[in-house]
Amino acid sequence: MPEEDKPEVKPAQTAPPAAAKPPAAKPAAKPPAIMAVSAWEGDLPALLRQRFSDQVSECSTYLGQNFVVAAPEAAIPILELLRFEADFDYLVDITAVDYPQRPERFDLVYVLYSFARNERMRVKARIADGYKPATATKVHLAANWLEREVFDMFGIEFAGHPDMRRILLPEDWEGYPLRKDKSIIDCDNKWIEEHLGIEGGQ
Amino acid sequence: MPDQTFLDSTELVLNMGPQHPSTHGVLRVVLKLDGEKVLGADCVIGYLHRGVEKIGENRTYQQFAPYVDRMDYCAAVSNGLGYCLAVEKLLNVEAPPRAQAVRVVLTELNRIASHLIWLGTHALDIGAITPLFYVMREREEILNIFEKYCGARLTTHAFRIGGLQYETYDGLEADVKAACDHVLPKIDEYERLLTGNRIWIGRLTNVGILNAADCKQYGVTGPMLRAAGVKWDLRKAQPYSGYQQYEFEIPTGTHGDTFDRYLVRMEEMRQSARIIRQAVEKIPEGPIMAKIPKVIKPPVGEAYVSIEAPKGELGYFIVSDGSTQPYRLRVRPPSFVNLQALDQMTRGALVADVVAIIGTLDIVLGEVDR
Repeated sequence: MPEEDKPEVKPAQTAPPAAAKPPAAKPAAKPPAIMAVSAWEGDLPALLRQRFSDQVSECSTYLGQNFVVAAPEAAIPILELLRFEADFDYLVDITAVDYPQRPERFDLVYVLYSFARNERMRVKARIADGYKPATATKVHLAANWLEREVFDMFGIEFAGHPDMRRILLPEDWEGYPLRKDKSIIDCDNKWIEEHLGIEGGQ
Repeated sequence: MPDQTFLDSTELVLNMGPQHPSTHGVLRVVLKLDGEKVLGADCVIGYLHRGVEKIGENRTYQQFAPYVDRMDYCAAVSNGLGYCLAVEKLLNVEAPPRAQAVRVVLTELNRIASHLIWLGTHALDIGAITPLFYVMREREEILNIFEKYCGARLTTHAFRIGGLQYETYDGLEADVKAACDHVLPKIDEYERLLTGNRIWIGRLTNVGILNAADCKQYGVTGPMLRAAGVKWDLRKAQPYSGYQQYEFEIPTGTHGDTFDRYLVRMEEMRQSARIIRQAVEKIPEGPIMAKIPKVIKPPVGEAYVSIEAPKGELGYFIVSDGSTQPYRLRVRPPSFVNLQALDQMTRGALVADVVAIIGTLDIVLGEVDR
């Protein structure tokens, strides 16, 4: 597997992922730097705004896909409301996105689907590093492994999760690989230095 | 977990895998046993973790496309289709009709190939060795078509963002029809071999039951959800790549046991062949690539796009920051989510049933671990 990776890794050499990306994107600066969303109107956003008032900060549509941005403590009550009152009974995915330059570093993203409505939506919550969002396992059992993966990859711990362990990486793994400040080259070099006793060549 | 154990003995922990022929790769299951009865199963996964999502952040959109083939390597074409559709969504373009039709033909052929592998290995796990050789023979016909079309048999990288790289070769239509004509009677033959077989029925019925409510709770999709009686297929519910033009049925089961899942997958192969025949009959003329720039830089934004892969809902959530590389690329693998139900499905079963249940989950560890 490592041999296979070597030639492919080269393009990344000039652009280590985390640090270099935002400056590289800036000079181009032609397209807008924010998502060109439009407002999401309908019963559902109205219901959410009515129940959660200022805890729901945004109900938007982008490319025909609806999402709401909510305060982190409102995320689970929203999932509950959506499941029991709006038929969003299938939790498709939980994931996170890391924005290291933001004070609320992570976007926590819940992807939901409703069989009855044949409709998809996303619930997003912005959380700071170290904040422990409540687990969604009490609403959807599917959240168990998905949250474990988010913990494994981003280091976001879920409060009240029945089994908060790493899932894909070994127990003794250091750090959280999908954070933007983790570079795959460093990871490789470290492994080479430790196990082969030579300097990493990348 | 049952309150009373029927043997007055201590609980036994049995380690199964990762080196075990019936775990379909490197899956390790830690079983808690009371005699031969399973009290619980804990999966240890990640042996095949390659950090696909991290790699995605460090590659351009085009460079990453071949990597997705290495997740579910039994259904590489489906993975590629999902990825291409997701990036096309971000770019807000659609592949031309000709490309869409060819995509459908190859993806459905791949579904048959994937289900054939499932059937062969599932039967092998249960003790029927013969079907494995048969299904390999039929799968060969399909892989030959892939090889003639794009040069690769397994990790095909058949599609490009915006359409196809290669025009179809002369005689693809005839080859595809011949493959369908070859495979369909063979599926009947497998059914004659297995469906009425006493041992097969005995080993599969009422094993690993997962009802519709549990499926939804665990996020289980694909043939497993349909076997529980939920008539839901993304190709019908939210059609992509022109699936709305084709006539096909969604096979469903009633009990959600292993036998139902077997029947559903067998019927799905026939339905796939039906779609292929319709699609190959009328592949429209025209361009095979949409007008997309050489350097792909989707506007700032995010999209979640999913398709009905052979194993269930395969989704890609991509966040673009306007540069040539995805800012975040998340893969929602059906195998990973479906495997989560193993604990519930094995409770109260016998050790021998665990093998049948892992087989019926139809997992590919490359996709579970990514």
